[in-house]
Amino acid sequence: MSAPSLHGRTRPNVVGAVLAWGWLAIVLLPIYFIIVTSFRAQAVYYAENPLSIPANPTVAAYGRVLANDFLLYFANSVVVTVTAVVLLLLMAVAASYVIVRSVSPFARRTFSIFLLGLAIPMQATIIPVYYLIVQLGLYDTLWALILPSAAFALPITVLIIVTFMRDIPKELFESMRVDGASDMAMLWRLVLPLSKPALVTVGIYDALNVWNGFLFPLVLTQSSGMRVLPLSLWSYQGEFTTDIPAVLAAVVLSVLPLLAAYVVGRRQLVAGLTAGFGK
Amino acid sequence: MTVAVRTTERVGRPGSASGAARRRTGPAPWLALPALAFFAFFALVPLLGVVVLSFTSWDGLGSPTFIGAGNWGRILAEPLTQRATVLSLVVVLLSVLFQAPVSLLLGVFMAGRQRYREVLSILYFLPLLFSSAAVAIAFRSLLDPNFGLGAAIGLDVLSQDWLGKPHLALGVCLFVIAWSFIPFHALLYQAGVRQIPVQLYEAATLDGAGAWRQFWSITIPQLRYTIITSTTLILVGSLTYFDLIFILTQGGPGDATRILPLDMYLRGFRSFDMGGASVIATILVVVGLTMSLGLNRVSGSHRMESQQEGL
Repeated sequence: MSAPSLHGRTRPNVVGAVLAWGWLAIVLLPIYFIIVTSFRAQAVYYAENPLSIPANPTVAAYGRVLANDFLLYFANSVVVTVTAVVLLLLMAVAASYVIVRSVSPFARRTFSIFLLGLAIPMQATIIPVYYLIVQLGLYDTLWALILPSAAFALPITVLIIVTFMRDIPKELFESMRVDGASDMAMLWRLVLPLSKPALVTVGIYDALNVWNGFLFPLVLTQSSGMRVLPLSLWSYQGEFTTDIPAVLAAVVLSVLPLLAAYVVGRRQLVAGLTAGFGK
Repeated sequence: MTVAVRTTERVGRPGSASGAARRRTGPAPWLALPALAFFAFFALVPLLGVVVLSFTSWDGLGSPTFIGAGNWGRILAEPLTQRATVLSLVVVLLSVLFQAPVSLLLGVFMAGRQRYREVLSILYFLPLLFSSAAVAIAFRSLLDPNFGLGAAIGLDVLSQDWLGKPHLALGVCLFVIAWSFIPFHALLYQAGVRQIPVQLYEAATLDGAGAWRQFWSITIPQLRYTIITSTTLILVGSLTYFDLIFILTQGGPGDATRILPLDMYLRGFRSFDMGGASVIATILVVVGLTMSLGLNRVSGSHRMESQQEGL
């Protein structure tokens, strides 16, 4: 069977390989810099070569960050991300179920609206969103981050779930219908279990986006009690202007949860990133 | 995405359904209402709201008052706006020209199945885990003229004030944006290449086509939907880049990196000119929508793209 090697040999190897290794260096250099600097003592930051391994590695920078409400910001990020993703998935599953299973014009229009939503640069609506959040009395609360984050993620989430749910065999729905199952029963006992891979995938993808969001926290919250991780990095940069190791330690700490999630669910995550686009 | 279109067709053609499907009533439509209402309230209403607000005078604290087309005339006539518009178009153009080919080549390369490519694609993925805030802060330190890359390697060329010089700052921003977004697009291409039937390459090899010929005659045409999807994402995404440039330069030095989204933010939330900022926002929506719908039209498909990466 020569197909696999043939498959490999037909790639433009030279251009690809040169670019591939060059790009690897470009990707890894900043990451390496962040890590080594975060273990450097503040006192020697200006003296040692920035790319050298610290002569006396220390975790003191991490201590300073953790003593500075980092865990509160971390908890805020967890609350916002988990609530937004759960809310989002509940709504998206129900809507996708209707879009896939209903023949009504309403279902078709619902899908068109979400498809159109994909093409709109939602960032540009931040001013009315700010107005809305202020009017609702939600300014400077975590809800101010949860609700718009969930809403703006709906189009892509619905699209990915619909794409997946479409592959559930019709016969399964029909036999449950014949047995007299209600919509809720079908959703709960058929659609949810069978859509689980898609839900995990799109859930991780949405979580990544909500977790890393910057504009909503910047505009819709104010007090440090409502600060989430990306915004805390920005404010650390202001507070610790002369303590670069601490700022970069905060960067490392903010990436660790995602790195853990990546190590555990790499295949799911990559599938999630490509599912809605790659087909 | 083509799959999504097929779904639309199926929903739209009840006549083609099986006999059993015709008899069933389908799920209660109200199940779609929460998502629809929520999306309408927090995304579609604000979309109309931004147009309405562009005709008001509002400082962000009191109540907006209608002033007619005043903002539009004022904002469109401002050199700052014109500069920001040109800058935004430059950013869009250069982002596409840089990110699209590099992502394509990396994706094609990553689609090979040797072991070390597997390792490479794991490492390439890492930038996706960093928030824009983290990326921008890391690069700010790395590019520090005195204590960054220049100090490490000792080349004068690297010791420049990268973010402090108007002619360098924009290039640096474009590079950092590319660093951050190319992994995502390379992944799309990787997924696309892996769906190309191997038989096409086998047949071409039998016909004596070389690697280069196969790349242009098989890989590129087979990837056309991925190319359209990815390019549209880069186009509309680069129109709305905010976090990275905001933290890297705050639009400076001077106004050298003040692209439209930054202009919108600074006018609205720093200068408290929400009406003027809404004019910019409206322009962004119109340009973004036109670009993605236009590209869909040109491509002859009805595929829609996402702005997720821009958020």
